[in-house]
Amino acid sequence: MSENNPIAIDNDGKPIWKFLWSELKPKGKIFTPFNVISVPIILLGLTLIVIRFWKGLGSVTNLTQEVPWGLWIGFDVVTGVAFAGGAYVLTFMVYILNMKKYKSIVRVTVLNGFLAYVFYAGALLLDLGRPWNVINPIIGNNFGVNSVLFLVAWHFLLYMIAQLIEFSPAIAEWLGAKRIHKILSGMTIAAVIFGITLSTLHQSGLGALYLMAKEKIHPLWYSEFIPIMFFVSSIFAGLSMVIFEGSISHNVFQKQISEKDHKARTGIILGLSKICAGTMFAYFFLQVLVFIHNRHWDLLNTPMGYWYLLEMFGFVLLPMMLFYFSYRRNNIMLVRVAAILTILGIILNRLNVTVIGFRWDAAIHYIPSWMEVVVTLTVLFTEIWIFRWVINRMPVLRDSPSWAGKH
Amino acid sequence: MSINRRGFFKVLGLTGAALVIGREMKAAPGGNGDIDFRGVLYDSARCKGCRGCEYDCAEANGLPLPGPAKDIPPIRHTSETKRTVVNEYKTSKGTVFIKMQCMHCSEPACASACLTQAMHKTKAGPVIWRGEKCMGCRYCMISCPFDIPKFEYHSSNPKIQKCDMCYNRLKTGEIPACVANCPNDALFYGTRRQLIKEARKRIVENPKLYVDYLYGEHEAGGTCWMYLSPVPFKELGMKEIQKASYPALTKGFLYSVPSIFVLFPALLLGIHQATKKDNQTPEE
Repeated sequence: MSENNPIAIDNDGKPIWKFLWSELKPKGKIFTPFNVISVPIILLGLTLIVIRFWKGLGSVTNLTQEVPWGLWIGFDVVTGVAFAGGAYVLTFMVYILNMKKYKSIVRVTVLNGFLAYVFYAGALLLDLGRPWNVINPIIGNNFGVNSVLFLVAWHFLLYMIAQLIEFSPAIAEWLGAKRIHKILSGMTIAAVIFGITLSTLHQSGLGALYLMAKEKIHPLWYSEFIPIMFFVSSIFAGLSMVIFEGSISHNVFQKQISEKDHKARTGIILGLSKICAGTMFAYFFLQVLVFIHNRHWDLLNTPMGYWYLLEMFGFVLLPMMLFYFSYRRNNIMLVRVAAILTILGIILNRLNVTVIGFRWDAAIHYIPSWMEVVVTLTVLFTEIWIFRWVINRMPVLRDSPSWAGKH
Repeated sequence: MSINRRGFFKVLGLTGAALVIGREMKAAPGGNGDIDFRGVLYDSARCKGCRGCEYDCAEANGLPLPGPAKDIPPIRHTSETKRTVVNEYKTSKGTVFIKMQCMHCSEPACASACLTQAMHKTKAGPVIWRGEKCMGCRYCMISCPFDIPKFEYHSSNPKIQKCDMCYNRLKTGEIPACVANCPNDALFYGTRRQLIKEARKRIVENPKLYVDYLYGEHEAGGTCWMYLSPVPFKELGMKEIQKASYPALTKGFLYSVPSIFVLFPALLLGIHQATKKDNQTPEE
């Protein structure tokens, strides 16, 4: 896909604007299957976004007065942010617990997390009816400090800055800015600590958003423990995404990965699957406790009850056991299957709280329009484009230049 | 493992940042228990279902006038073009009408949900929407237990539509349009205490006519709009909702924020220091 360049490019001798201009040009083949699929969808999505701002949300979405948050919030924001949780878990393991083994995948995970926040939180702007007022909760005297959403919005913003600082040494290495690199590297620990604290609060905060919708969410999914559930599940959601995404980029960007990192990968994946199995066990146990506490036995024998059991057994307990066995038997394939099942389970869980179980009793059910799906894909594909652009230029998967020391 | 100068400043900086943010988050759903808000008592035993209030409301708020009765189904929801509707239920005591609009909760979920204070509980009683602050996130709609705020989905400059108890009329000393024009005296405007007193009086004076329940006295922590009815409220499609205030549901979470902001960074920094290899100096 890209030219093979073992050492990071730096702009020695070249004026900076000339260097940046040359970096902006596309590298690699143009007609790859991904490009052929993603470009038309992105163009269609951009058209739909223009229509949405011109004619109003109702022209593109199927949102109703009873279900005012649909796919764009339930999937893009709530689910997307759960998957971006890998960044705070890995920075915790590497920088706080000093688990050196995982260091080689920190940068790519932080980059993924950062882009996920930029794009999925950015997708929020598409959903705002009056986006020109988005600045209100950030400046001025309009602080709705009693609002969970106020907290989440601020945390998104601050966490994006923290992640940018965590990732910034890679940008400095790309630009060959040695002095700035030293300063930025020195800020990493502070950014990591701040970032983990913010993540804990806003991962749970996304769940806390729904606390006031007490009678609106199906009782099998509503409890006062939604924030804790969202936080715990974000740990294995994020790590499963790291495993899944890693297995793809390891093939796509194979040439960039050094021999040493390549060999270390099996150990990393098995280590992550162990953590996933552990946190999923805790999560399943919590779910059982909440279920027993709420005494909704009668609801199990209803269609929504079967749906709930499918989620709990098919997409929590089953992948948990797969993670466990794959770790015991050193089976990488099984880890991947478990990761994919977990990812599906998280999508299912978040959509059950935010869309499927939300006003499940309403007369008119909300089903996303094809246009909402296209816009969601547009956001996703654009993010992958930017991700690929960065990976092909900055030392994310490949080793840092020798002057930067080990990253 | 002793703390050095650089580490000290790091801790100092983090603690400072935590305190600033912690303070910002400190304020949690406040109680409005002491204020005697103004509100309206609706008596469905007196309402004849003329729907005059729907016309008065549309006129007062510049909304399209509702159509003639024959075109209208007996049960409707308020919408982005109708801030109030009068519904007709066949009950155990014959046909009973019930007027729906914003309940103007004493501790409104929508206002505590709003991150820009666009939804605002005024000291007078009405919960109002302020367009210059609203960013259209619709979290108020998610939070409202009565499904009252409605959004103009087909506008590029959408507004949230809901009853504001004719806040502009109240400011000039008038009473809400629907109350002023009700021909059957089914609406009674006053402070919450007056409303409760009046409702009790009516129930005591006419125990056969009313069920002994004042809807809104305790629902959602108390609302400014209250209802009397000749039949149990379930028969009128009124939801049975929790008596406690809705903002209180997020209180526990919001209260935990400052403590996490102070404790987590300290804890994380401590673990970071503790897990450093012994052969490494703490400096680098």
